[in-house]
Amino acid sequence: MDAFTTPLLAGTATGALLLIAALGLTLTFGQMGVINMAHGEFLMIGAYTAYVTQQVVTNIDLSILVALPVAFVVAGLMGLLLEVCVISFMYRRPLDTLLVTVGVSLVLQQLAKDLFGAQGDPVRVPDWLVGTIPVFGYNWPYRQIFTIVLALASLGALAALLKYTSFGRRIRATVQNRDLAETMGISTRATDRITFFIGSGLAGIGGVAVSLISGTNPSLGTTYIISAFLVVVAGGLGQLKGTVIAAFTVGIATAFFADWTSAAMAQVATFALVVVFLQLRPQGLFTVRTRGLA
Amino acid sequence: MSTTTAPGRSATLLRTYAPLLAIAVLAVLLLVVAPATLSAFRLNSLGKYICWAIAAVGIGLAWGRGGMLVMGQGVFFGLGGYAMAMHLKLEAAGPEGVPDFMILYGDGTIPGFWEPFRSGPFTLVAIVVLPALAATGLGWLIFKRRVKGAYFAILTQALAVVFATLLVATIKETGGFNGLNQFTLFFGYNLYDPVNKQMVYSIAAGLLIGCLVVVWQLYRSRFGELLVATRDAEERVRFLGHDPANIKLVAFVIAAVMASIGGAMFAPIAGIISPSDVDATASIFLIAGVALGGRALLLGPALGALTVGFGRTYLSEQFPTQWTYFLGLLFVLVILLLPLGVGDLPRLVRARVGRSAA
Amino acid sequence: MSVQTHRPDELGHDYLEIRGLTVDFDGFKAIDGVDLTLLQGRLHFLIGPNGAGKTTLVDAVTGLVQGTGRASYRNQDLLSMKSHRIVRAGVGRTFQTATVFEELSVLQNLDIAGGIHRSPWGMLRARRGVPAYVEEALATIGLSHLRDRPAGVLAHGQKQWLEIGMLLVQDAKVMLLDEPVAGMSAEEREQTGELLRRIGHERTIVVIEHDMDFVRSFADVVTVMHGGTVLAEGDVATIQADPRVQEVYLGHQGTEPPEPGTTDETSGEDQHA
Repeated sequence: MDAFTTPLLAGTATGALLLIAALGLTLTFGQMGVINMAHGEFLMIGAYTAYVTQQVVTNIDLSILVALPVAFVVAGLMGLLLEVCVISFMYRRPLDTLLVTVGVSLVLQQLAKDLFGAQGDPVRVPDWLVGTIPVFGYNWPYRQIFTIVLALASLGALAALLKYTSFGRRIRATVQNRDLAETMGISTRATDRITFFIGSGLAGIGGVAVSLISGTNPSLGTTYIISAFLVVVAGGLGQLKGTVIAAFTVGIATAFFADWTSAAMAQVATFALVVVFLQLRPQGLFTVRTRGLA
Repeated sequence: MSTTTAPGRSATLLRTYAPLLAIAVLAVLLLVVAPATLSAFRLNSLGKYICWAIAAVGIGLAWGRGGMLVMGQGVFFGLGGYAMAMHLKLEAAGPEGVPDFMILYGDGTIPGFWEPFRSGPFTLVAIVVLPALAATGLGWLIFKRRVKGAYFAILTQALAVVFATLLVATIKETGGFNGLNQFTLFFGYNLYDPVNKQMVYSIAAGLLIGCLVVVWQLYRSRFGELLVATRDAEERVRFLGHDPANIKLVAFVIAAVMASIGGAMFAPIAGIISPSDVDATASIFLIAGVALGGRALLLGPALGALTVGFGRTYLSEQFPTQWTYFLGLLFVLVILLLPLGVGDLPRLVRARVGRSAA
Repeated sequence: MSVQTHRPDELGHDYLEIRGLTVDFDGFKAIDGVDLTLLQGRLHFLIGPNGAGKTTLVDAVTGLVQGTGRASYRNQDLLSMKSHRIVRAGVGRTFQTATVFEELSVLQNLDIAGGIHRSPWGMLRARRGVPAYVEEALATIGLSHLRDRPAGVLAHGQKQWLEIGMLLVQDAKVMLLDEPVAGMSAEEREQTGELLRRIGHERTIVVIEHDMDFVRSFADVVTVMHGGTVLAEGDVATIQADPRVQEVYLGHQGTEPPEPGTTDETSGEDQHA
């Protein structure tokens, strides 16, 4: 039982992290066709925000809760800055945006190294997140459960935003037909910016969760970004449903592979899994005939 | 172009062979001028840049002409580099010897897949065949399913991450994080002898020139035209009766082999090949030169790679930790302002002048 | 390989035979059981209101969208073949928006279309001189004087001619032309019609068209499609006298959504799953 529940539950938590990271990616990818390679660095910024918040708000129990909205706003603003200063000049050049954001990602990593040191800092876990709950022989850490709750809450909020608010309708209109949306009086530029803000902000929230598990680190983003991208690729462009399934599948599969072999072989196996999967569904889990979101 | 009148023909000849002339100038610079003027240390550094440039020429073919953003060329660079390094390592250990790190980290037995690399000819064949097989397999899976654009780029980068992780994790077999180093012999020649070092440099430079001539012929061939056509209108090419997957596959495989050749020469010149030479960041570094020089031009990728390689050494000497800022900013500025590279400047200037004159 | 059900008629004509062709887009039947026999040497026109399924029919026959039924040409079932194989079998097409390679010259565009007749080694050589068949196609489409111009600078009509020229170089025996004269001047239309007449004798040419004047002047056979089915077939006079055709045309003068199957999404779709 233990050999089954441990990778399953730990993998679910990894999947939840991937989900938060992938939500923002798939949102901007689906709407603007922009591949933001600096997205991982927004996770990193979220983690450092958690660290800095702990220096300011010394009540550890409280500081994580404060860090969540702060990380959302900080990472979101960084995303907005990126959109306004760089990406908005590169519309209809998706492959080039990919490269530009690679450059941005390098700069942000070096910046973190210079500001906070290359070693990274520990983030203290509040008492209410210390401890485990036994589930079929696996002592499931509260932190992992917290990550899952956070991911599901982000997903729920995003889905509700897309479905019920007028802003969400604007996003969906822009995704489905940008030119038409524009002629209908929707400012697609403004919509893009807010989308980028939200997508990057979500990464910030993910970063707080990561910091509770592994602390901060300038290259923290690179650890997650490739898996997150594989999730987006496998889930299908701009597809919330596909992203959710792909995130948990990749997270859990990697955990099982790692359990059976080694962490490195698990990466190889997951990559092979995604390539094989693309043989069956070249366009991801959910085929996109009219590029739909949600 | 059509060959019509006599003066037209000489102009056509000039236009056709001018690139070869430029390659010849580069050959003289690298093979004659540089060895005569640079110190042994600087020449060795130039040798490393040349290895990157060889890989860059392939990236120019795949990305510049074929539209495939290959973000994982470090993998193929690594295949060649490690194949060569394994041979050099066994050569250094002697006929019955065991490479030092295997004694240090393992139980002193040589893994089975190392054995064939005792043979020099096998190693040379492997340097070409291994990447070709890997690229064919991966390319077949990816292109036949019409995975392209950003999806393709991300998959290749993921491959580089996986490859580097695997290398780091296999310390007993590949030296892990440290990689393979301390080579003493290069196919019987003592690598500590400056004359032999210069010979290795010359081989690398010669290979770069050779690769340039190969892509020159490819670019002027009908295949080259078809490759550009596939880049610009893949679906249209289908209705010319070609499977675009096959066209892209050929370019991708050639690019992989060139990266592998670059890596194979990198190992003896740098004296080391390690995961950090082949991982995602290294792959991105290879792209930087191509983007700077001009991805679709014949000489752009090679000259760009040489420049970026030199810049890396120079800036690292001046500002030890800030090199990454320059690399990052290079990407942002070049792609933003000069998407087709510095080599595109003359055309842009001509267009600007032409417009203001009109 | 399927069994041939009809023999070519006495004149020895080549033909493309479509039987029970159906294209289903998630439950919406864009083409619903179409039967068509397209004979060599006749200018065959396909007309019908927007959304009638004309382009989808061509898409299905050329492997762009998945269809069921049969479309046989020289004993091969086109519906089971990949696009590039269909082209190699001798069935070529053009698109509503002319898609030539803008950066290549007129000559290069024609030359590149001849690629299917070359060996792999031939592909690795540079072009020397101009092959006779390219020269011939250039003269046929009347663009000899523009041979070295980049195709991107050509006028709209000239691009369509260039595409037809590329089909000639490909040696396409069946040409499916999707609105070739849309946006052309009256004079250009006239020239296009003459061109199609000239090259039509040894080929099977199918033209999708809206312009009734053009149809009247050049059509040998007209097929009217409506709602994914064949409404009527015959010569121009018969079609014009048909009350059902008049009703369809008069009743559908307003604009309708574009036909499915013409967008990038469908062209990128997997056709062999």
